[in-house]
Amino acid sequence: MKILGLNEKDSRFLLIVIFLTLATPVLLQPFPEGSGMAQFNAGYPDLMQRFAIFGIFAIGFNILFGLTGYLSFGHAAFLGIGSYAVVWMYKLLDYNVIWGLPLAVVVSGIVALGIGFISLRRSGIYFSILTLAFAQMMFVISYSDLFGRFVGTTITNGETGLQVYGNDPQVLLGATEPSSPHFFGIVMRENFWTPQFGDWQFTFNNGYYFCAVIAILAFYLSLRIFRSPFGLMLRAIKTNQNRLNYTGVHSRPYTLAAFVISGMYAGLAGGLLAAMDPLAGAERMQWTESGTVVLMTILGGAGTLMGPVLGAGFIKYFENIFSKINDNVLHQWFAWMPDGLEDAIVWVLHFFVGKGWHLTLGVLFMLVVIFLPGGLVEGGTRIWRFIRGTDRKEKTADATHQPEHVAYVAEKEEF
Amino acid sequence: MSIIHPTRRRLLQTGAVAGAGLAMPMVFTGAASAYTNEPTGGTVTLGFNVPQTGPYAEEGADELRAYLLAVEHLNGEGDGGAMNTFSSKALKGNGILGKKVAYVTGDTQTKSDAARASAKSMIEKDGAIMITGGSSSGVAVAVQGLCQEAGVIFMAGLTHSNDTTGKDKKANGFRHFFNAYMSGAALAPVLNNAYGSDRKAYHLTADYTWGWTQQASIQAATEGIGWQTVNNVLTPLASTDFSSYIAPVLNSGADVLVLNHYGGNMVNSLTQAVQFGLRDKMVNGKQFEIVVPLYSELMAKGAGKNIEGVFGSTNWSWKLQDEGTKAFVKSFGTKYGFPPSNAAQTVYAQTLLYADAAERAGTFNPCGIVEALEGFEFDGLGNGPTLYRAADHQCFKDVLVMQGKKDAENEYDALEIVEVTPRAQVEYAPDHPMFAGGDLGQCNPGA
Repeated sequence: MKILGLNEKDSRFLLIVIFLTLATPVLLQPFPEGSGMAQFNAGYPDLMQRFAIFGIFAIGFNILFGLTGYLSFGHAAFLGIGSYAVVWMYKLLDYNVIWGLPLAVVVSGIVALGIGFISLRRSGIYFSILTLAFAQMMFVISYSDLFGRFVGTTITNGETGLQVYGNDPQVLLGATEPSSPHFFGIVMRENFWTPQFGDWQFTFNNGYYFCAVIAILAFYLSLRIFRSPFGLMLRAIKTNQNRLNYTGVHSRPYTLAAFVISGMYAGLAGGLLAAMDPLAGAERMQWTESGTVVLMTILGGAGTLMGPVLGAGFIKYFENIFSKINDNVLHQWFAWMPDGLEDAIVWVLHFFVGKGWHLTLGVLFMLVVIFLPGGLVEGGTRIWRFIRGTDRKEKTADATHQPEHVAYVAEKEEF
Repeated sequence: MSIIHPTRRRLLQTGAVAGAGLAMPMVFTGAASAYTNEPTGGTVTLGFNVPQTGPYAEEGADELRAYLLAVEHLNGEGDGGAMNTFSSKALKGNGILGKKVAYVTGDTQTKSDAARASAKSMIEKDGAIMITGGSSSGVAVAVQGLCQEAGVIFMAGLTHSNDTTGKDKKANGFRHFFNAYMSGAALAPVLNNAYGSDRKAYHLTADYTWGWTQQASIQAATEGIGWQTVNNVLTPLASTDFSSYIAPVLNSGADVLVLNHYGGNMVNSLTQAVQFGLRDKMVNGKQFEIVVPLYSELMAKGAGKNIEGVFGSTNWSWKLQDEGTKAFVKSFGTKYGFPPSNAAQTVYAQTLLYADAAERAGTFNPCGIVEALEGFEFDGLGNGPTLYRAADHQCFKDVLVMQGKKDAENEYDALEIVEVTPRAQVEYAPDHPMFAGGDLGQCNPGA
């Protein structure tokens, strides 16, 4: 079966992704309520929304980093710009996200054009440092609201974060309109279905499905970019930019386009964050956020289609689930053990849960980088091959760093 | 490039898929309950959202200790602490409304985003009926807004900015801690007595909501007693080296340095100011002085000997001698082996106040709680007679002016009480210019 101009394999891939995305509220809720394992359920709206949003962020980042090899350390800046754009539309027009989201994409695209135009004059570590410097500059500007102070009004509202107040203009606000973000009346915060099957409680949230549909579109677009001649050119840049330049190809417009596209993805993700939760804080522009998206991409598998999404889910899961396990919960789990042993185990695990979730993540990241250089996707592939019993020598070990087989792009004339 | 030239057919296909996806939510409708997270089983869940990492992690750890103590007392374990001295006798030590108190904890990372994510997961996943915590005004304001939208109660922890119950006040949010205005009002007379009315002040201010309101409050209060303000310099919150900000103070003609800093910022800036020899200087024929408007025990510990003789204000101190304080300090000390900070005391009081309000209202419905807390007068939790004002959900009580102690016996003894400023002196009208522009709105019980 072929859909939407994809070949058979990619069509199947896309359908699987669509299925997984739409079934997330069920898939992430494997344990019954009230059981000890319910702690590990992740099927609540906020986290699912974050999976989808940071998935989009990582997909976009992967177009730059995975395809061209340019490591940007400043993508969080676009995340912040997207959020501010959306919240400003709430403040000026109304709570419908239809105004803010396109603006978020456009504004972050324009800023990405500016930053990319300057930063892409250098490559490697110098490029990374330049993007980091720009992002940090923008973080400081928004954290202290320097623009706002300059023009004498609030632009980012500093550390408190930009919020909607009752005395904002909101010129399009209708009398019966919901007072929280919505898409033509579909309120993001509300759940449209909360079925209960025995002890299993599922939550189907408007906001999540809004993000999910956009995430699927974003994924489809990225799939098309990967399979296009443009994508091939980006891979060529990663393989050897010098050689490409010697053959007479002017490569910078391609890298700039990739940078702008990934900036727009990040702006969209930032806009969606504000669409789910009408507040834009400067912290989401901090360099640690930029670092997180790098981690997501590498953890999942840079240059693969699915990897960044997996990485994003993985990191957000740890941030939200592991950070909430406290000593009290640990004691409950190990209550069946003798007291001394229980205390000893809790004492050791204490450093890996709660505030120590960074440590757990760090250890896992090290393990992945050392044993699975291709990220989680490589892990999945290895398991798949093991199950099928396929000889791993059939394919090159480092499939991600080789150009994919893309002959069909040239074969098809119509696009 | 192929991707930006879709054929008509393909555009229709894509549109149909997207449309179907968007229309899907319309098909179903959700079930309704009286209010968000109505507890149905034998337990009620509270969400303790404190910084466990980041610059205010120490305060967060102390808050968490106090929360656990409050849960013990509510469930009838331990010695009952300040529940025995609390003027309202609605709490019986059998949980809240007969339901055992359970809790979840989260890490705000001292970031608004992380704090909101953590609070959301408590509400959506764990079914928390009340969120409490926060060790930074930015975080408190952000989480308070979230709780208002979600329809749960927010009991603010350590947040000192005027905005929390001023510009950003919300009907579902309550603050027991004092605020920047009260610090200024309490400090000014003491400063007048100690340093005279002819002083020139130089301000270094942490560049965020708390710093701004703190600076504006203390400036207004000191100018009220005749001081002049020479300069106000904003310092980034993330700074650790303040030497470049302190050097100009010497040549500015100022004879008082006001450090509107908190936590690690204050420890660093004060230490550096002392190292620059500011406190040994004579300017305009007067001894140079340093003032720190908001003190905490944990900061005093960090700054060590440098705080000797420096004035500041706190919400409460374990050295107070009323019954409520003694009961709380005793059970905290028994459990953890050292005295609580004023961050710990405010969150302990907030937890009891919430539980008590639920008992008196006979429901966990946020609107019932709001009604029970608004205008509530109580005593016996450590700050003397206290009023939860209905107009802005701010507590009014006595404020302490503290001074760094000479020859402190140990690290918990670094501050001594100079004056207990009576409640009447720190009160203000709800529409005071420093608090204006906000709207409490209606209580929101959620879905």
